[in-house]
Amino acid sequence: MSKTVFDRPHSLSPVPFHYCPGCTHGIVHRLVAEVIDELGIEGRTVGIAPVGCSVFAYNYFECDMIEAPHGRAPAVATGVKRSRPENVVFTYQGDGDLAAIGTAETVHSATRGENITIIFINNAIYGMTGGQMAPTTILGQVTTTTPYGRQAAVQGCPVHVCEMLSTLDGTAYAERVSVDTPKNIIAAKKAIKKAFTNQIEKKGFSIVEVLSTCPTNWGLSPADALEWLRKNMMPVYPLGVYKDVDNVHKEEN
Amino acid sequence: MTTKILIAGFGGQGVLFAGKQIAKMGMDAGMKVSWLPSYGPEMRGGTANCSVIVSDEEIGSPIVNTPDILFSFNIQSFDKFEKSIKAGGILFADSSLISKKSTRADIKCVYVPATELASENELTGGANVIMLGKFIKETGLFAKDEFIEHMVSSIPSNKAKLIENNKKAFSIGYNYEEN
Amino acid sequence: MAKVLMKGNEAIAEAAIRSGCRHYFGYPITPQTEIAEYMAKRMPKIGGLCLQAESEIAAINMVLGASSAGVRVMTSSSSPGISLKSEGISYMVGSDLPCLILNVQRGGPGLGGIQPAQSDYYQATKANGHGDLHLIVLAPNSIQEAADCTSLAFDLGDKYRVPVMILADGALGQMMEPVEFSGNEKTELPEKPWATTGTGMKRKKNIINSLYMQPDELESSINERFKRYDVIEKNEVRYESYLAEDADIILVCYGITSRICKTAVGMARKEGIKAGIIRPITLWPYPKEALAKAAETASEFLVVELNKGQMTSDVKLAIECSRPVSFYGRTGGVMPTPEEILEQIRMIGGRIK
Repeated sequence: MSKTVFDRPHSLSPVPFHYCPGCTHGIVHRLVAEVIDELGIEGRTVGIAPVGCSVFAYNYFECDMIEAPHGRAPAVATGVKRSRPENVVFTYQGDGDLAAIGTAETVHSATRGENITIIFINNAIYGMTGGQMAPTTILGQVTTTTPYGRQAAVQGCPVHVCEMLSTLDGTAYAERVSVDTPKNIIAAKKAIKKAFTNQIEKKGFSIVEVLSTCPTNWGLSPADALEWLRKNMMPVYPLGVYKDVDNVHKEEN
Repeated sequence: MTTKILIAGFGGQGVLFAGKQIAKMGMDAGMKVSWLPSYGPEMRGGTANCSVIVSDEEIGSPIVNTPDILFSFNIQSFDKFEKSIKAGGILFADSSLISKKSTRADIKCVYVPATELASENELTGGANVIMLGKFIKETGLFAKDEFIEHMVSSIPSNKAKLIENNKKAFSIGYNYEEN
Repeated sequence: MAKVLMKGNEAIAEAAIRSGCRHYFGYPITPQTEIAEYMAKRMPKIGGLCLQAESEIAAINMVLGASSAGVRVMTSSSSPGISLKSEGISYMVGSDLPCLILNVQRGGPGLGGIQPAQSDYYQATKANGHGDLHLIVLAPNSIQEAADCTSLAFDLGDKYRVPVMILADGALGQMMEPVEFSGNEKTELPEKPWATTGTGMKRKKNIINSLYMQPDELESSINERFKRYDVIEKNEVRYESYLAEDADIILVCYGITSRICKTAVGMARKEGIKAGIIRPITLWPYPKEALAKAAETASEFLVVELNKGQMTSDVKLAIECSRPVSFYGRTGGVMPTPEEILEQIRMIGGRIK
């Protein structure tokens, strides 16, 4: 008799991803699905993915899903969560979405301490539109709209999302993780689980920033892309817990 | 019958409040009423006015361009609206703040030093209600006691002092006689 | 229930609550801020929510989220704010999400002014966002009708799964009239099996989405929606006809302007000029048939609006240009007087004699 030792999480749909070879979106999707399974919350979870490479996330998760306008997922999540607090609500957003066009929605959902979970994919580039500069593109990085490399004086400096959000009183939890090695993937899953658990425990706004690769638009092989992430992104975006407090709404309890 | 009333002055003089009292009274008396403020960006200190219509038939335009009755609480509104009063209409002017007199012979002019009367009687801010008292006396549009009852019914009962002050202000206006 | 004297903004807010709306998201802008203030006072006492968003854009997306969750939800704004909401409105149409959007119009373009206007007619009826879309657009002309339209808006929105707009103006928002809220509060709301409320592990997942990468799939979703639009055009047209049956001159007007026109028509009738009014209550669907029918007996049409003539083209199309259509309007927050409109009626009356 055979024994299953590895299988698809139930909350991950049995369909092929559209993601490019070597892209780490697949890993993060799986981690999110594993966490939903382990917490037993699939039946009450609502996921929200706005515009970006993960726009089709509604095809990949088995829970109820909403496709939101570009940048607006935290506002949509606010609407869902405030209407049905019993639901577990998460957004899955890229860097352009969360830290450029949706900055206001991100900052204000955090400052309100919305009891939601945000999974933030930082790969330092716009993937879906084909490799343009993202707010998190690092200085010197070549993209199709920074063909001579990002220059501070011209395009400004990269946005440090976890650092920024950790200054806000409504943020309960902000951690930056990476999915470049098995060890880091295990740590990433732990962080994602904590971000969902926080919501169940009504702790407030929780965000996990995941450093990810975009081999296609970086113009690197998947393996080289992982190396590039470690060498170039990690010094700019150090991994770690930026904020972890018990309950942002304590004064009301 | 349709009575078109324009109440004008500075924000903070209770112009809108006075208009609401008339509209509310009219509504409770079973008449058709409308109340339309001319609103500005400023909450206090700017010019303010409201159009009130009380009628026994359906009200068309809620905007009063040619009032039957004008309440004027400052010189600006006197200059702007006095000429628009319908022939046979009535002007109620706060003579504490308006030194001019109307030269029109086709309207009735009632001058009440409402602001002075208010401060003499320690009823600061009560000029509007003093004028309402005089208005009810002159027009007889509504019964005096009923009007007072309606006016104070919108004030929370825990503000007994305010109720008393409004009653007092109304009766000062009602009983005021020009020399 | 007895009549109460209320501002249009407050009456709409109260009517929304009585229609079962427990979620309001908005952003302050004159002349509609009383709605947010009213909601902020009332909602916490009845287990509802009034949330001031960081922007109009965020507010409409919160509405999108709440509507996805299956609750009755509304937002309100005034002209410049509605422009900001148009992205979210388009997404809501594309995702077949009902909601109430109230536009208490002020003058534009740009920051414009804060006085009443009707210059968002085109925006409301033709292009409330990108894409092939319509909203049901209701244009009440009294505080009572504003309250009634609010409850109608929620019902129509749920029935057809479309966003509904109430197109009001600064005067309607700010003026007070007696209003009576009919009947009891709505407690039984329609089922929304499509809502994203969690599968409960009992059904397949629901997806709220406006994205279709296959052209034929997108086309069929649009076609399906337009079939619903056809039903709306057939069943939901609302208008008021006032002295129109024997009228030589038909005034076409809506909202606050129709009140001024009513006074002007009364004056014209006293002078022996046969004027009447056809007042669209639904600006979309538009009362085309009523106008076409009126064109069989009337000689001329006069459109009156607080803009530069935006509705004129709809009247011309409805009557297939079979009669002359002239226009009179004021802009910038200036309201026409009944006398100004009467002057227009007289001019037309003079030439059709």
